[in-house]
Amino acid sequence: MTGPAILLLLAGLGAIAWVSARARALRLQTAARETGRRDAVHSLPGYHGWYVALWTLIPAGIFLAVWANVSPGLVTQAVLADPAAQSLPADAFSRSAILGEARAIATGLQTGAFNPASQALVEPYAQATSTYGVAGAALALILAFAGGAYAFTRIRPDFRARTRVERLVMTTLLVASLLAIVTTLGIVASLLWESFRFFSMVNPLDFLFGLKWSPQSAAMGYGNDDAFGAVPLFWGTIFIGAIIAMIVAIPLGLMSAIYLTQYATPTVRKWMKPTLEMLAGVPTVVYGYFAALTIAPALRDFAVMIGIHGASSESALAAGLVMGVMIIPFVSSMADDSIAAVPQSMRDGSLAMGATTSETITRVLIPAALPGVVGGVLLAVSRAIGETMIVVMAAGLAANLTLNPFASVTTVTTQIVQLLTGDQEFDSAKTLAAFALGLVLFVVTLLLNIVALRVVKKYREAYE
Amino acid sequence: MTEAQSNLTIENPKMSARDVKVFYGEKQAIKGVSIDVDMDNVTAFIGPSGCGKSTFLRTLNRMNDTVASARVEGEITLDGEDIYAPSMDVVQLRARVGMVFQKPNPFPKSIYENIAYGPRIHGLAASKTDMDVIVEKSLRRAGLWDEVKDRLHDSGTALSGGQQQRLCIGRAIAVEPEVILMDEPCSALDPIATAKIEELIHELRGRYAIVIVTHNMQQAARVSQRTAFFHLGELVEYGVTSDIFTNPRQERTKDYITGRYG
Repeated sequence: MTGPAILLLLAGLGAIAWVSARARALRLQTAARETGRRDAVHSLPGYHGWYVALWTLIPAGIFLAVWANVSPGLVTQAVLADPAAQSLPADAFSRSAILGEARAIATGLQTGAFNPASQALVEPYAQATSTYGVAGAALALILAFAGGAYAFTRIRPDFRARTRVERLVMTTLLVASLLAIVTTLGIVASLLWESFRFFSMVNPLDFLFGLKWSPQSAAMGYGNDDAFGAVPLFWGTIFIGAIIAMIVAIPLGLMSAIYLTQYATPTVRKWMKPTLEMLAGVPTVVYGYFAALTIAPALRDFAVMIGIHGASSESALAAGLVMGVMIIPFVSSMADDSIAAVPQSMRDGSLAMGATTSETITRVLIPAALPGVVGGVLLAVSRAIGETMIVVMAAGLAANLTLNPFASVTTVTTQIVQLLTGDQEFDSAKTLAAFALGLVLFVVTLLLNIVALRVVKKYREAYE
Repeated sequence: MTEAQSNLTIENPKMSARDVKVFYGEKQAIKGVSIDVDMDNVTAFIGPSGCGKSTFLRTLNRMNDTVASARVEGEITLDGEDIYAPSMDVVQLRARVGMVFQKPNPFPKSIYENIAYGPRIHGLAASKTDMDVIVEKSLRRAGLWDEVKDRLHDSGTALSGGQQQRLCIGRAIAVEPEVILMDEPCSALDPIATAKIEELIHELRGRYAIVIVTHNMQQAARVSQRTAFFHLGELVEYGVTSDIFTNPRQERTKDYITGRYG
């Protein structure tokens, strides 16, 4: 029996369970109500319906999920135990190739065999697959019936089905939230594992403090030494994301937040704030080609005009400027929130002392809102250094260690993209370097976020 | 004055209001109030919640300007000068007419910096020594010096509520105002802190013209020499405090004093 059919069947069983349980609960409760006791009836019939339906579906569902992962192994074992499998070659690689081909033919993905050895295994494969498929379906149905029957017998007028369903809802929500955490942990684990492999080929100190980045030369067989110094990448990332972009984003974001909270009339605010926030919704790839096709050439021409050497058509400045614009809404909305959170009484107090609005802003509001603003800036930095599209398109690939903003630099994210696009061998240092870079980026942004959230939280406590 | 409620004449008023009306959008909050406030006495504004006493108080240093929908009509003068005249510098006006708010609102700065804030923006101190003198003098007048002299650089927000309110009074004093407006300054404080503030008001009397809004009639009786009773945006009666409390002329005043409403 195929997967979708079983799922449909289970869904049908669940529906039947719901309807019949609800009907039974209704009948029992109607009878119980006649006794006149207030606590004779606990839950609405619908809750009994859900209780039984969930007991029908969840154990069977969990079993199917497990079975789907376990049964291929069982099938393979069964096939290997078959007399036809005795002639298989001993080495794991060709053995699994043959088995794979046999499975493909058996399930109809492939029509003929390249390897005659696999043809012999098709029959046992098809047989084992169908045996285990039927067994799995049967077990699932038995479980569904058993679960449903167990729950059905528990229906009594005063059974607390409502509480049970509530608890299950909570569990479901908990599982949903855990999924995100588990995924994060999985990502970290894979990053750590691949990075570990990389660091077994390249000395971590060379990687973190080396000044020369040329993974291509390592791939071409010149050895791993000196090829994976990531400092130029770190510098490029910081130069673009934490310096140039912030020089643009911090003053503009802060000033627009001040204007919006302190000077703008409600009507202006109503229009300007969403418009500004729309900047955050522009896909970064759009920013990317804006940077690469419009800003970067203009900057190069400008640099050439004022006589700067080494001006490139892909520059740190172009990427940084556009990234700064992209980050403005982050800074401005965090600053806006924290300025708005400063109590009105603080502002009144200052104005009543005879301070002007701008004196009030610079001497009272901004100092009071500063932790929130700093938190916002840190979040913006962490967002900027992880940003990819703009730098891929506008910053360039040359790993230069330079202070010249008109020169081309490269960033961690750009290099990850370079290392992992196209056909790759996943056991070379060149490819694995991407994971090490990812790990560094992950750790840095994680730290930034933790610090930022701490700062913001501490600040919130001050006023509430 | 409409309905002629005043039972006293004030020579050389520090501030005087003539037929002042305040609107919030379409709604009229103050309906033609005329009143004189003098230098030597503490004036209390009393009345039930929402009667407009705080709103009227805020017209005296133009704090209503910060509310976009508020509009003020009529004339208010400080030493005979119209404070709503276009030539009046609001910033200077507020330096001359200081304000203390309902809830203590020290800035999240040190005690020293809270006091130094006003003198600094108005350029009242030429040197650090001058500033030290101003800070000490203001804190002494606010009756807070002895409690905080050893921790001037601790945060002002770490003080107790009563201390914070005295810090705010000291902050207002530091810019040498002529008038101090107090908007229910004790409503967030406990009885002991309240007593200290009331004592302080006694000490400050004469040096500054003081106007205090309070919903607490006993407090008005204790701290003020002149009392104005507001009701529904009107000034119902204004007179010597003891007269208002013992011998009110208006029926509404009498009803309020005796606790019929409010």
